[in-house]
Amino acid sequence: MTEPPREAVFVARALTKVYDMGEVQVHALRGVDLELYAGEMVVLLGASGSGKSTLLNILGGLDTATSGQVLYRDHDLTRADDGALTAYRRDHVGFVFQFYNLIPSLTARENVAIVTEIARAPMRPEEALALVGLAERMDHFPSQLSGGEQQRVAIARAIAKRPDVLLCDEPTGALDSSTGVLVLEALERINRELGATTALITHNAGIADMADRVIRISDGHIIDVQRHATKKAPRELSW
Amino acid sequence: MPTLDRKVLRDVRSHGGQVLAIAAVIGSGVATLVMSLSTLDSLHAARERFYQERRFAHAFAALKRAPDGVAQRLAEVPGVLRVETRVLAPVNLEVPGFGEPITGQMISLPTQPRDGLNLPLVIRGRAADPARDDEVLLSDAFAQAHGLAPGATLQAVISGRRQRLRVTGIAVSPEHVLQMAPAAVFPDFERFALLWMHRRPLAAAYDMEGAFNHASLQVARGAVLEDVLARVDHLLRPYGGIDAHGREDQPSHRYLSEEFKQLRQMAIMFPTIFLAVAAFLLNVVVGRLIQTQRDQIAALKAFGYSNLQVGLHYLKIVLVIGALGGVIGVALGGWMGSGMFDMYMQYYRFPDARFQLQPALALAGVLISCGASALGTLVAVRRAVVLPPAEAMRPEPPARFGVSLVERLGLGRVLSPAARMVVRNLAKRPARTGLSALGIAFSCAILMVSSFFWDTMQHVMFVQFRLVQRDDITVTLLEPTSWRARHEVARLPGVTHVEAFRAAPVRLRHGHRTYRTVVLGLEEGAALRRLIDGELRSVDLPPDGLVLTGHLAREILGVGVGDLVTVEVLEGRRQVRHVPVVALVEEFIGVSGYMTLPALNRLLGEGDALTGLHLTVAPGAEGAVFRAIDERPRVAGAQSRHAALASFERTMAEQMLTFAFFNTILASSIALGVVYNAARIALAERGRELASLRVLGLTRGEISAILLGELAVLTLAAVPLGWGVGLGLCWILSQTMQMDLFRLPFVVEPRTFAFASLTVLVAATGSGLLVRRQLDRLDLVAVLKTRE
Repeated sequence: MTEPPREAVFVARALTKVYDMGEVQVHALRGVDLELYAGEMVVLLGASGSGKSTLLNILGGLDTATSGQVLYRDHDLTRADDGALTAYRRDHVGFVFQFYNLIPSLTARENVAIVTEIARAPMRPEEALALVGLAERMDHFPSQLSGGEQQRVAIARAIAKRPDVLLCDEPTGALDSSTGVLVLEALERINRELGATTALITHNAGIADMADRVIRISDGHIIDVQRHATKKAPRELSW
Repeated sequence: MPTLDRKVLRDVRSHGGQVLAIAAVIGSGVATLVMSLSTLDSLHAARERFYQERRFAHAFAALKRAPDGVAQRLAEVPGVLRVETRVLAPVNLEVPGFGEPITGQMISLPTQPRDGLNLPLVIRGRAADPARDDEVLLSDAFAQAHGLAPGATLQAVISGRRQRLRVTGIAVSPEHVLQMAPAAVFPDFERFALLWMHRRPLAAAYDMEGAFNHASLQVARGAVLEDVLARVDHLLRPYGGIDAHGREDQPSHRYLSEEFKQLRQMAIMFPTIFLAVAAFLLNVVVGRLIQTQRDQIAALKAFGYSNLQVGLHYLKIVLVIGALGGVIGVALGGWMGSGMFDMYMQYYRFPDARFQLQPALALAGVLISCGASALGTLVAVRRAVVLPPAEAMRPEPPARFGVSLVERLGLGRVLSPAARMVVRNLAKRPARTGLSALGIAFSCAILMVSSFFWDTMQHVMFVQFRLVQRDDITVTLLEPTSWRARHEVARLPGVTHVEAFRAAPVRLRHGHRTYRTVVLGLEEGAALRRLIDGELRSVDLPPDGLVLTGHLAREILGVGVGDLVTVEVLEGRRQVRHVPVVALVEEFIGVSGYMTLPALNRLLGEGDALTGLHLTVAPGAEGAVFRAIDERPRVAGAQSRHAALASFERTMAEQMLTFAFFNTILASSIALGVVYNAARIALAERGRELASLRVLGLTRGEISAILLGELAVLTLAAVPLGWGVGLGLCWILSQTMQMDLFRLPFVVEPRTFAFASLTVLVAATGSGLLVRRQLDRLDLVAVLKTRE
């Protein structure tokens, strides 16, 4: 099967990351080469401690590599200073975290607004919340929402700025499977409708079937890349 | 409003209790600042206005008697703009129904009011009619003390003649903002009056027609006051001139100036302590807030908020608390300031004194509050700024605990597991534990300061009125008198013992330092006026040489025992002699020199003479003795020691208690703020572990003991530390209160320790109970479900 020529959004070469933990050094990434293409949905699959979160953080400009290079389109993230990384995150990246990281003192709408206020061409917070099916619960505080609802607020917050890339770290990790499906449906819809390149971290192989590509990571290496000709809908997944 | 600012308000609201506790401490600091400075501002403005409107003179000179023509020569002294000559005379008064002796001073009214100086202002009633010989203006404080209104009449003994005086108006004067007898140390409004009378009848009554005995001068801007005073002195010497002096030696002005100095000191010391404690509290609370919001900080940064924006966000939280504290402080300080001001107005008589809180001061209060808050939290806020977002995403690693020093010392075995938790928790953050203890210690220390004032005043009163002054009545005579007066008074019925004294105005000089005071000549072996040393032992007057108050010798003249002091007598033959200092004595009120009566008379070169008597009287005879003495023409006044004591107690007690009351409220706010915040943070940090223990089967009481045990250890450790700090503060205060008028000895009674410790313990217990209530409501399930 020949692939159509695709535009690489991310290109990583020989990426390493070493954490200095005082007496021991932890090698989280040991020379990773990787491309992510525009509009695709990629699942990064790996056990905990495999280095997948580190990779995502570096792609998202939250962390910097010890050596190697990452390009986001024409930006060299490895050479960017803190200000440039902040601007990169502000303009291009949407994050979804395992533990939602909502601000408890702000309502759902305000949690989204806090991002739209600093974005270039955002949708309205109400619109973003409607996209994840939370139009009715916009004025609730996080403590008044279920885990799935909180994660969908987090997704609304991530996509409200119309990001070029959407990075999700174990978005269903803290959720039961039926709630997880709702969240994954929201992500799938965003990927399809907004065309954001989506990278999703999980240690749950069952989720991998909804991806265009599955990248397996183990012990800081990419050990396998698998392409799906047909994706499954989140409802058809089982885990 | 940007959404992030909404979070500022919500975060502040959700920490309501702690925010209020901190704002109260900041507020207390700002309040002391605003109280002192607003009172100072108001008094200062009132004084300047009064001085200017009523033309308060720049220089003053008393003399025996000079013909009116001398006034012109005074006016010709270079630098003198205006001269006002007057007749001043002592008077004895009677107020119906008031059995005790009253002394007063008669002051002649300016003959040319348009040009006059020290113009009295009639605040009620009308001016005295120059055509009537019996009309007077009466000083406001005295009139108020006796409930006298215009139209009242007074019985006066003027030069031994009884005369009825009619009060036409109640007056205040820039010269007597503090209406106090010339030689007195503290005001006694019931027993001292000022009376203004037209010059003609007053001069007639005192045989001063065509003459004057007091001159006030207005000095040109730019003229050197010392030069003017020297020339005036020289000019008036032939007329019995007694030492011309400037405003700083004018009693009323000097009192006000000393008061201003104290207020200024108060405006520095207390706010500094309060704001330092508040800054520390804020640092701890905001530090904790930032720690618990690591994931939120991470999310904000992940979405592209810059470090600066995140830092500013937390700074805004701090500034809201600071501004809240500032506003509380300005309001509280304004209220306390107006209370202080009203209290001052009982003593200082201004015509139109208004308490004013300048907008600039209010603004400064809020800004200082915000500034101190921001400064105190820089470290904590910096942590939020530098927190790398990827790291912030992960929960904080568990705190590293170790075996505490207490346990390493071998005490571990006797400690229960719960006690070990307490000890390890305290030992884990030694800096925070230490600063919390220091905060509580400062609260204890400030409370000690309030109580210290009371101790030291009691000590001053005990020394002055029990050890030093042991007579019942002190009689002052108009002028040096022969020994016969002593015998006459000794024969009065009811008088049990009499001792004579002579007071001579002098200028003491040592090198370039000079001081104007009085040398008191006492009978050899005098028992009614004792001199005491630093250990409260009685000091016998050596037959020759000069004994000085320690403060006068050490601080003012810089002399010690054995040094020679030049004594310039300021009356009579104006002898100048070099006299050795033979001993120093300690006294807390006023400063003076002492000699034996024969030695002083030799120095004066005027033969045996006395100017006053100390008497003791039989029980119940005081009234009769007063009446008998009052009728004698040469008597200037008689003062009862009991009345002096009462007046002193009232004056000081009122000032000190007002101050102590405010101080106690404020100091308690520190104890409450520190302990409450320590408790809340301990609860926040340990809620999870305490809930776990509850799940494992510990009772509420047992987990409370762990949490509150920490606070108890902290408080109990802080109290002795507070004693140390408190003694330091009291010592500093006693050092700054070493003034010529009075000095505060460093005396701290056991009750001061007890009062401060108890107040701290009560405040700590109260805070503990507040937190205990929250501990009882700990939601076990919720605590265990949430991520650390």
